[in-house]
Amino acid sequence: MSDPNLVRFTKTHEWVRPEGTGEAVIGISDHAQAQLGDVIFLELPAPGAHLAAGQRFGAVESVKAASDLYSPVSGEVLDVNQVAVTAPEIVNQDPQGEGWLLRVRLEGEIPTGLLDPLAYDAFAEGDSH
Amino acid sequence: MSDQEVPLGALHRRLGARMVPFAGYQMPLQYSSIREEHQAVRERAGLFDVSHMGEVRVGGPDAMGYLQRLVTNDVGKLEVGQAQYTVMCREDGGIVDDLLVYRDPDGYMCVVNAARHDDDLAWMRRQLPPSGVGLEDQSDQTCLLAVQGPLSLRILAPLAEGGELGAIPYYHHRAGRVLGVPVRISRTGYTGEDGFELYCDREAAEELFEGILDRGRSQGLLPAGLGARDTLRLEAGFRLYGQDITLEREPISAGLGWVVKLDKGDFVGREALVGAKAQPQLSFIGLRLLGRGIPRPHQPILAGAEPIGEITSGSYGFSVGAGIAMGYVRPGSAPKGSEVGVALRADPAEVGAAQVVALPFYRRPT
Repeated sequence: MSDPNLVRFTKTHEWVRPEGTGEAVIGISDHAQAQLGDVIFLELPAPGAHLAAGQRFGAVESVKAASDLYSPVSGEVLDVNQVAVTAPEIVNQDPQGEGWLLRVRLEGEIPTGLLDPLAYDAFAEGDSH
Repeated sequence: MSDQEVPLGALHRRLGARMVPFAGYQMPLQYSSIREEHQAVRERAGLFDVSHMGEVRVGGPDAMGYLQRLVTNDVGKLEVGQAQYTVMCREDGGIVDDLLVYRDPDGYMCVVNAARHDDDLAWMRRQLPPSGVGLEDQSDQTCLLAVQGPLSLRILAPLAEGGELGAIPYYHHRAGRVLGVPVRISRTGYTGEDGFELYCDREAAEELFEGILDRGRSQGLLPAGLGARDTLRLEAGFRLYGQDITLEREPISAGLGWVVKLDKGDFVGREALVGAKAQPQLSFIGLRLLGRGIPRPHQPILAGAEPIGEITSGSYGFSVGAGIAMGYVRPGSAPKGSEVGVALRADPAEVGAAQVVALPFYRRPT
């Protein structure tokens, strides 16, 4: 069995890290930030909003392009990373750490079909060519 | 066709650059981040490799007369040691390219856009008289490095020989040496900051780039890529060939009437430009987004629901603190200070409000 708290990735380049308390943190992958380049604006839902797995929940806009964000899990938004909203360069500098986007209370199971880090790296590698 | 490697390609990779195809070359997009490199140039200095640009020498007893017919600006006013921004047009006024013309004791040097190099050269050859003028394409053996930013002079002055760098006025140039490398030193640039452009032999370019970077690091000099070059030039209101100006646009509509000297005598495209001046087809405007969002090329400019024009360059202005854009509208449809809409996403419902503002968006503190 793999670690249930392992970070997992979507094929649309978001990650989710279950915190073991029924909560999870969501962000975008290092591959995604590298592809986007300098992040300028984040459009994120407010606390209290409900996310549905696989559904659009916001957008990230970089110097290069605007890109929609898709939720890896279903849940209720508990917190939005205000540092990332006011200084979005943190998403480029530390996308899987300080540059997280949302904290959610999970509703239902973590979807199967999300990628573990190794599988995601292999997928992202293929995606960038 | 695969992209050409610039002479400094290996050095850029060693410095961690992310390389992208541009105008047929693999060019550094960024080394650290566009934001960081942009701010370095505005606050301290940045070092750019723009060796993809083309250099064409024009010589011979009739060089001046030839250039007067070729370009729209008045080359006759150009003294030895001066540089001039200009465009060259087709008979119908369509812009073949924008370029810098340098005059030195031996003749003239035209600096053209990489993406236009082949077409420019063909065009320039077609305009040649039977004798009296010679063209020499020196693009392959010439590299161009740009040091841009308020600390450029302080960084370069101790490395230069051949006279006081600070004594070179804006849009002037002279021969000299930097770190012992023979260069043409030009006080020009594409960022809106003070700075110098250094033309050198390709064999010496790597040594020069590394040497300047090593000596400048302690003063905050960063290598800067095409990404920052684009946000900097957009803030400074500089047109980019292929986006803001093309064969389909003439310089009057593009707001470049100041480089069109209709009274200097005949030149290619003059008749069409006399007509354009009497009745411009389009207006070139600056737009500043009032809210969040980044305008992008090809997005429509709207008055209410009605399209009045199109964005040709758009990005985020790091020094302006807002999304900014330039583009064409129907004359009179978007006066300065008025508010227009910009379609921000594919979704037609997402329209951002923008104010029509004067160019440039950014002016360096004096």
